[in-house]
Amino acid sequence: MKKIVMGLAMALAATTALPAMAQDKVKACFVYVGSKTDGGWTQAHDLGRQQVEKELGDTVETAFVENVPEGPDAERAIERFARSGCDVVFTTSFGFMDATVAVAQKFPDVKFEHATGYKTADNLAAYNARFYEGRYIQGQIAAKMSKAGVAGYIASFPIPEVVMGINSFILGAQSVNPDFKLKVVWANTWFDAGKEADAAKVLIDQGVDIITQHTDSTGPMQVASERGIKAFGQASDMIKAGPETQLTAIIDTWGNYYVKRIKEVQDGSWKTGSIWDGLMEGILTMAPYTNMPDDVKKMAEETEAKIKSGELKPFTGPVKKQDGSEWLKQGENATDQVLSGLNFYVMGVDDKLPQ
Amino acid sequence: MRLELVKRPQQSTLFAAISPLIALGLTLVAGAIVFAMLGENPFEALYYYFVDPLRELWSLHELAIKAAPLIIIAVGLSVCYLSNNWNIGAEGQFIMGGILGSMLPVLFPTFQGPLVLPLMLLMGLIGGAAYAAIPAILKTRFNTNEILTSLMLVYVAQFFLDWLVRGPWRNPEGNNFPETRRFHPDAVLPELFPADGRANLGIVFAIVAAILVWLLVSRTLKGFEVRVLGASPRAGRFAGFGTTKMVFFAFMLSGALAGLAGISEVSGAIGQLRPTISPGYGFAAIIVAFLGRLNPLGIIAAGFVLALTYLGGEAAQISIGVSDKVARVFQGMLLFFVLGCDTLIHYRIRLVRSALKSDAAAVAKAAEPASEGA
Repeated sequence: MKKIVMGLAMALAATTALPAMAQDKVKACFVYVGSKTDGGWTQAHDLGRQQVEKELGDTVETAFVENVPEGPDAERAIERFARSGCDVVFTTSFGFMDATVAVAQKFPDVKFEHATGYKTADNLAAYNARFYEGRYIQGQIAAKMSKAGVAGYIASFPIPEVVMGINSFILGAQSVNPDFKLKVVWANTWFDAGKEADAAKVLIDQGVDIITQHTDSTGPMQVASERGIKAFGQASDMIKAGPETQLTAIIDTWGNYYVKRIKEVQDGSWKTGSIWDGLMEGILTMAPYTNMPDDVKKMAEETEAKIKSGELKPFTGPVKKQDGSEWLKQGENATDQVLSGLNFYVMGVDDKLPQ
Repeated sequence: MRLELVKRPQQSTLFAAISPLIALGLTLVAGAIVFAMLGENPFEALYYYFVDPLRELWSLHELAIKAAPLIIIAVGLSVCYLSNNWNIGAEGQFIMGGILGSMLPVLFPTFQGPLVLPLMLLMGLIGGAAYAAIPAILKTRFNTNEILTSLMLVYVAQFFLDWLVRGPWRNPEGNNFPETRRFHPDAVLPELFPADGRANLGIVFAIVAAILVWLLVSRTLKGFEVRVLGASPRAGRFAGFGTTKMVFFAFMLSGALAGLAGISEVSGAIGQLRPTISPGYGFAAIIVAFLGRLNPLGIIAAGFVLALTYLGGEAAQISIGVSDKVARVFQGMLLFFVLGCDTLIHYRIRLVRSALKSDAAAVAKAAEPASEGA
């Protein structure tokens, strides 16, 4: 039975991709900063790659290289791909930006796609997701679920991407409970299960009863689970690490984007550009809302629907900066330009932003 | 029953000379077994690992980029280890050289011209040497263990760099990301043959440094002093050589070279300071130093071998999909077999059935020269 289904699926893939059969297989290559089984960021990209293989079947060939350090090694790994006949190379870490720019200059016939950066060229596109939209929903859930009125946030590096997530989380929480507080620990790593778990312990000992993370391992989820409090998953669905613990998770779903872009390479319509998609476009999705009462789940689903429809934007005034000065006036939305360089907290964050 | 190491009265000069090759051969055999256990064809895997990266010109350039810092650092370390000074902190000295050397393009980006690069290199040398002087002072003044202090200072350097690029030296136009501004063209180490690949002046520094240090160790009185104090500090003192001076000389020379490697890497391959500027060159160079038998000319060859394990790991990963961790396994096995071969050249293994008193005395006697020679 399974074989028949597989056969059908492949036949379907073959027919839908018929126009592309005219030309050679397209080779799509992926450069990963972490391990493809990290349970978080890189795994999400690799799931996207697998989706490409599944949906485009015989018309595409994929390759990847994992655990590539940012810096000169990245440039070599990317160049190796460009030379080995890749038609399009996806580089999936912010730190690969300048390396990707350098290789793209040398290989004008190869297409490059860089995740979470801001530099583009004729053959180099940038793509990113509005992760902060999911954080707003998480903030609301946290404010409903927390008895202590304070959540703990395990952060990686004080770059705009992360600061944006922290601010969005607290704004979401304050929309439910204006007095909600947030404690932040900087782990200074993207992936280090031990360090992340230690950070979670410290936060719990300081009295937080909800944990959220902007790091990629399941360490914090496991600690939260041992201590019997609730937590949010990051980048991938982490429900397996905390079946009774995970409230929801922001899942990066790059697959649709990858399929779309590779199809464009196949039919020759690929163009450079810079996209910053969100829940609306489906580049991120929320894991099922679990381990919470029905009314909280209902609120979360309503908020998600509002963000999807564009009715609600997390960064809408009135919003005050941490020092009490005004940032956004009543009804004013933060521009993408300001967001992508964000380097200050909003009110309610119990931490000093490392400068 | 237990095993004992007993010092050989005479060492085979033949085996002493070819021991790195034996170690390399054993690593290949063990590597083939590892690949076979992973379910890969071992010959194909070894081909991708050790031959594929050598087939193309651009890849040879990459090999030179990778080998240059390893050779420069290892050449300095060889003087340290020959003189019995255990500098494990080259990684930190590399970082400090990179930091001090970057001061000009980061803090004074408007100061440009042909003078910039030589000044940067000089400051890199100074930065590394000054940082290496710290464990030297601690060792000579307070008799602290330089293995510990030099290693700990690595972490200090790493965090100092981390703080600089996130704070005071952060690129003001860089969207708050932890990196400095990119160096202006005058501050970038020139590429040798830009048409073919990225290799820069770093590899030239490596070869020149190796030759100079080889001349120093084998042809000068200072080199003789290094070797005598390393082999027997007592004999050195009788000859009137100062141990304290030697500690400073060895540490600061190796620190200066590590610093040179640091600024060459930053201004050549990277082009700016970032939170991490080394994938562990300072530690890998320890393997290179021993694989090269602490001989600067041998170190040149050893540097290329180790650089190959980095590139091969990537090539094997892309073409046959083995994990990149295999590269680390190869490096570890290489050091293990080198040290193992060396040990067995100096000592033989004896099986002892029951510990008798006379045996214990013999062991103690055998252990004495061992601790000095190790």
